[in-house]
Amino acid sequence: MESTSQAVEPAHSKLFMRPTWTTGFGSWLTTVDHKKIGILYMLSSFTFMGAASVEAFIMRLQLMRPGQQLVSPDVFNQLFTMHGVTMVFLAIMPLGIGFANYFVPLMIGARDLAFPRLNAFGYWVYALGGLMIYSSFFLGGAPDVGWVAYAPLTSLSNNPGFGVDFYVFGLFLSGVGTTVTAMNLIVTIVNMRAPGMTFMRMPVFPWLMLITSFMIIFAFPPLTIAFLELIVDRTFGSLFFVPAAGALPILWQHLFWIFGHPEVYIIIMPAFGMISEMIPTFSRKPLFGYPVMILASILIAFMGFAVWTHHMFTTGLGPVVNTAFSLTSFIIGIPTGVKIFNWLGTLWGGSIRFTVPLLYSLAFIVTFTLGGITGIMVAMPTFDAQVHDTYFVVAHFHYVMGGGALLTFLGALYYWFPKMTGRLLDERVGKIAWGFIVVGFHTIFFPQHIAGMMGMPRRIQTYPDGIGLEIWNFASSFGTFIMGVGMILVLGSVIYGLRRGPRAGNDPWDARTLEWATTSPPPYYNFKTQPVVNSLDAFWAWKHPESLNVDPIDPATAGKKYDAHGIHIPGQSWYPLLASAALIVGSYGLIYDNWILAIVSGFAFIFCIFGWAFEGVGGHHAQPELEGEAV
Amino acid sequence: MPIRWLWRALPVTVLMFLLAGCSLDGEQSMFSPVGPVAQEQLDLFMWTWYLSIPVMLIVGGVMAFVIVRYRRRAGDDSIPGQTHGNMLIEIIWTTVPVIIVILVAVPTVRSIFNLQTFIEAGGEDVQVNVTGYQWWWKFEYPEYGFTTANELHVPVGTRFVLDLDSADVLHAFWAPRLGGKVDLIPNQDNQLWLQANEEGVFHGQCAELCLGAHAYMRFRVVVESQEEFEAWVESFQQPTIEVVSSDPLASQGRTLFASKGCIGCHSVGNYAEGVSYGQPNFPNLTNFGQRHTVGAGLLEANLENVAAWIMDPQAIKPGNYMPTLWQEDDPNREEEATAIAAYLLSLGSDEVVAGGADGAMAAKTVGGN
Repeated sequence: MESTSQAVEPAHSKLFMRPTWTTGFGSWLTTVDHKKIGILYMLSSFTFMGAASVEAFIMRLQLMRPGQQLVSPDVFNQLFTMHGVTMVFLAIMPLGIGFANYFVPLMIGARDLAFPRLNAFGYWVYALGGLMIYSSFFLGGAPDVGWVAYAPLTSLSNNPGFGVDFYVFGLFLSGVGTTVTAMNLIVTIVNMRAPGMTFMRMPVFPWLMLITSFMIIFAFPPLTIAFLELIVDRTFGSLFFVPAAGALPILWQHLFWIFGHPEVYIIIMPAFGMISEMIPTFSRKPLFGYPVMILASILIAFMGFAVWTHHMFTTGLGPVVNTAFSLTSFIIGIPTGVKIFNWLGTLWGGSIRFTVPLLYSLAFIVTFTLGGITGIMVAMPTFDAQVHDTYFVVAHFHYVMGGGALLTFLGALYYWFPKMTGRLLDERVGKIAWGFIVVGFHTIFFPQHIAGMMGMPRRIQTYPDGIGLEIWNFASSFGTFIMGVGMILVLGSVIYGLRRGPRAGNDPWDARTLEWATTSPPPYYNFKTQPVVNSLDAFWAWKHPESLNVDPIDPATAGKKYDAHGIHIPGQSWYPLLASAALIVGSYGLIYDNWILAIVSGFAFIFCIFGWAFEGVGGHHAQPELEGEAV
Repeated sequence: MPIRWLWRALPVTVLMFLLAGCSLDGEQSMFSPVGPVAQEQLDLFMWTWYLSIPVMLIVGGVMAFVIVRYRRRAGDDSIPGQTHGNMLIEIIWTTVPVIIVILVAVPTVRSIFNLQTFIEAGGEDVQVNVTGYQWWWKFEYPEYGFTTANELHVPVGTRFVLDLDSADVLHAFWAPRLGGKVDLIPNQDNQLWLQANEEGVFHGQCAELCLGAHAYMRFRVVVESQEEFEAWVESFQQPTIEVVSSDPLASQGRTLFASKGCIGCHSVGNYAEGVSYGQPNFPNLTNFGQRHTVGAGLLEANLENVAAWIMDPQAIKPGNYMPTLWQEDDPNREEEATAIAAYLLSLGSDEVVAGGADGAMAAKTVGGN
């Protein structure tokens, strides 16, 4: 599939040559191709998700019966902290970004992201940052303060180990990666849409990734400030979060949740986008109320920044603050409800094909509705006083983040796997796995609502016998086995499908968006001819122009004039990887107060940035016409 | 098709079996309220629960309908109408959530101001200062001038106001059957008021991660009649220090309490400034014989459990700060721990004649042994 390159542009300097591997290990380390980086994101996220699932499984075994001593309280604290940190920062959020990396350029008819090397840097700094957090398990103990890491539990006197330092540096770095990727997506979506694709002709998934990216840019700075203050406390003895010096530890919670609440929408928004692609495809109908969906998403994103203290109803902020944030939280329920109705409206009157992705979408609607209802409940400070920090809340956010985002991502994996690999996943095994996963999920998390209301706080490694918690915990633990079987089936199905799955062809689902217009998998230049768009659901409009009342387009010729100079393919680079590695090594230096290592890594990072700047434009112009490659 | 319906029916069936088999009442269950605060919180939940049933039925019903009605038949390759939306429908189904939200918001706001408004303790109200420590509770009664630990006594039918503070990290005071929780935050004056209209001993637990023995940071709220409460307060005005001479085990325990060093941390009798006996930041054991539990709400306070706790606190509550006083192979371990337990259980209990008049004086006497 790799083409002969044409007109390689000269490098500026011999010192900073850009590598040119097209296959093999080196090509993955130096790649700037958004599709390869997307796959790297997905592989890393699913691997981290596996680790987080093992952590969850051990916790559920420990909690299966009252008074068990399978793991010590210290280990248990590390397990739930790492489970939360991993799922939020290293698995679900990057999974959304991974799908966006692969599919946003394809769906808007672009050839790559705007800043390919920055994209690679974003990936490497996330992946290496995640590995760095995990290395803490082998270096004296992982963080054990919960993923929210409330002060003053994190102060040096309360937490003298290195776990909290790993938490801060690892998440700080992966936050950098997320932020640069968000900027990259914004620039790409704003500037690089196919000719004719106005904003209101853009598919919903890129739209929601645009909104998500803006949320990322506004949400991460408060977290970075909190991290900075905490690490200065721990390393240099400042007193931001030290109550003995008069600090108000509640500051941490404000900073964390000003980030943290938008973060949960950052997690769920890509899932909304995927659902809004899958349901129309398998109903053979356009999304019902497309502009309303976009507007609702923008409202949710905007309001997401105005609800953070609903995580703090029990911190004594007083009735006026609690009322205000309770009402803003309720208001978010309105656009969310409208979204649910619009998805149902899309199904209504359609010609529904029950593929695995659609089944996941239906499971999403049910699960997310339940999660939304409990969301309204916990937004009532009066009721939240009972269930805050209990398993009710654990159940609620697993319904929205696990049942919402995770189930959708599994559906999206089934939906887009044929595009990424050229092969279909087995539908029958997929449906069986779906059954296990959905049943397992509800068996795990539904009883947790009741356990919480019957008095089970979260983050406890054991609970007493005889206060009525036994059966709910047993059911919940039992569910992990059911869901585990489903996940193993999915994994096996993916491994089998990679090698043996039936060929998919370009458009196995009769889909509606541009990624299905190119080959499966797409060539490195994405589209043989620049796609041209004259309608929402552009690819559908090419196939069935009469159904949408638009003029027919000949995709093979319409976009030719935009490719007159060939397709510029960016050159590969070592510097994103090396710069990320320098940051990671420097972080180890800072964690262990090894200033020499930190300073040397700092200079190495600066060197990498110079290399990045001066290695030359590189790349080549692909001319698929001349190469006779099929699209 | 049928297999899919089976899958969907399964969780519901399982749930119904589970629900049939168990009651939602429990020692720590918000479904068993004993006071107006917990009752109002439960009522609000029930209201939204009833509201959510039609929502679930509508969403589930519409979904079931479209699944059946609009599934693609084999061989059907027709293109359905490419509807892009309908303004009227959008307006209607934007209005529906607005109405639901209003129906939820009105009672919510009313209950917030009912329950969470800061109040001054006055009149009949009982004022208690609660301080959270890793991993136990200090209850100070400023009106009566004494301090106790891990068991909060309040009179029935009377509002009590808790001023909440923490000595180290965050904790949360949560006695679900009386009402919801409020966090204990260093340097912040938080308040919670509750009331119990039923007598009894109710469970409570710390609900905010505080590491170590967090899962074991429990407590009890003892709700008793006004007379019993007054007698209990009275017993702290003149706490017992001495033990009846007729109980040699307890006498031996009193001596050991000093000689093994228990006294270095734990006060018996009121702690007072300037008395080099016990410390304010460890549980005060005055009138321990009246306690229902040992180890911050963990075990029933009987001779066997208290002895086991003293002998090896880490085995019962891993991570707590209480040291183990004996070597594992010490032959006197069990006997001495039992003696101390007997001494502690004799304090303030009915079987014991009230002893020393002044806590601080008596403390010195004990310390001198």
